Amino acid sequence: MNYLVSIGLEVHVQLRTVSKMFCGCATGFGAPPNTHVCPVCLGYPGTLPVMNQDAIHYTVVAGLLLGSNISDYSKFDRKSYFYPDMPKNYQISQYDRPLCDGGSVDIEIDGLQKQIGITRIHLEEDVGKSTHFSGKSGVDFNRAGIPLMEIVTEPDITSADEAMSFLVALKQIMLYGEVSGCNLEEGNMRCDVNCSVRPETQSRLGTKTEIKNMNTFKGVHAALLYEIDRQVQALESGEQILQETRRWDPDAGITIQMRVKESEHDYRYFPEPDLMPVVLDSDKIEEWRAQLPELPRERRTRFVEQYGLPDYDAGILVEDKALADYYEEAAKQSANPKAISNWMMTEMLRLLSERGLELGDIAMKPESLAGLVKLTDSNTINSSTAREVFGILFAEGGDPAHIVKEKGLAQVGDSDLLDKLVKQAILDNPRSVEDYRSGKKAAAQFLVGQVMRLTKGKANPKLVQDLLRTKLDG
Amino acid sequence: MQSDNQNVDRIDVSYVAHLARLHLDKEEIESFQGQLEETLDYVRKISELDVEGIEPTAHAVSVQNVFRADEERPGLNREQVLENSPAHNEEQILVPKIIE
Ligand SMILES: [Zn+2]
Repeated sequence: MNYLVSIGLEVHVQLRTVSKMFCGCATGFGAPPNTHVCPVCLGYPGTLPVMNQDAIHYTVVAGLLLGSNISDYSKFDRKSYFYPDMPKNYQISQYDRPLCDGGSVDIEIDGLQKQIGITRIHLEEDVGKSTHFSGKSGVDFNRAGIPLMEIVTEPDITSADEAMSFLVALKQIMLYGEVSGCNLEEGNMRCDVNCSVRPETQSRLGTKTEIKNMNTFKGVHAALLYEIDRQVQALESGEQILQETRRWDPDAGITIQMRVKESEHDYRYFPEPDLMPVVLDSDKIEEWRAQLPELPRERRTRFVEQYGLPDYDAGILVEDKALADYYEEAAKQSANPKAISNWMMTEMLRLLSERGLELGDIAMKPESLAGLVKLTDSNTINSSTAREVFGILFAEGGDPAHIVKEKGLAQVGDSDLLDKLVKQAILDNPRSVEDYRSGKKAAAQFLVGQVMRLTKGKANPKLVQDLLRTKLDG
Repeated sequence: MQSDNQNVDRIDVSYVAHLARLHLDKEEIESFQGQLEETLDYVRKISELDVEGIEPTAHAVSVQNVFRADEERPGLNREQVLENSPAHNEEQILVPKIIE
């Protein structure tokens, strides 16, 4: 029997505001526990929440980037549940009037394009963080009240690989839109995974399970591979799938049942009386739309057209906004944007990954890369010297022309000197000269190498080759 | 545990108590049953109003878009926060062990 898989994701994205959703407490990561708290986010009686306008703006930007309809009327609701990390005993969220409805994300899977539908995007507040001791749990409320955007997908995803592609694409869009830092280590993107399987002959979706609070993409992928297999095995052996919440145990590599899911209305949603509705007029929405950044997809096409890059190279560069920004900055200052791309695709990415660095960590400025390309194109330095200079720039930054001058790396272009050195190489290596003349053309390479050695690698190899040929053939 | 939420005339006190993580004994359930039903009866008067043709609203006042700028402001210091909690260590508020 073949089985169809339906996966829907609920992705929580932390917005990049400096203050919380409903109070002025800081949102910075890593502060000592319970130092970013106030009467509002601790749920003290008599306090009132006030909405952070940037949180609304960023959510709408996210919606516009995903092609959502932006609601002209949106409101907040209380979601009641009782848990120690939720000081008010309700979470302020949005129930029936979210800020954004609909939309989609394009993914590429095995070379094919696929569209994953977005159901809605709503805004809510994060909860506190608990740590467990023996017999007690401790709660830190620094995170409570930080604005979270929840992006809910349609159950359009049909494999662990697709879920991975979706998350990568979504992260890329959120980074381009500058709505979130998307730092996974800091919990900026967390996700609940809904998954069901059904025999291919059945049209209605199977019973789904929910895997809660995944905070790495790799984890989502691994948990889905396991869960899909578990559900298929269960159906194969005639068992029923229970609608339940499960937890991924990354060490054991399995999902474990948590609790039978309380049905939705047990949250007893009702309108938040302390917050007024959000009414966005179309002028405001259009103003925000006009300020939207260029998305990776559009940028890739433009890189191909404007800078003459191969589509593959453009694709790699735009994958990371910082990399693409760096490229553009350098390309604008260069007559050879293709060479800029080649340096970035090879040496730059290699050195970054070898040394575990981010682009922001290195001292080399885009204009230095443009300068290096200019020195190479004007034959001031040869390609092996250029690689050496690149290494220096990467490690220390600076002006490439200055480095070349200071270290005496300029190419030996003096043909009188080269002529002399070529003659010397011929005299010193009669055996190779004989080999060459008896038809072993490869012997010429050896002689070129000798001349390069005499110039400490600074000669133009092409020029040396020409001089040698003239002398040997003549 | 089953809700009888469909039956709006009668509150299932033990179910609501379960959702609110409250432990009530039999007597308390009975006493709350009576009190809550009285309260509901009182509120139910509102359904005597004729609301034909009136748009539903989430708010009694027609104010909208009350925002604040995204600016950081100082909060409480930790000593104050911890003092207000029933139990704490040096950094955190302590609660009975949370078990999933
Ligand atoms: Zn606060």
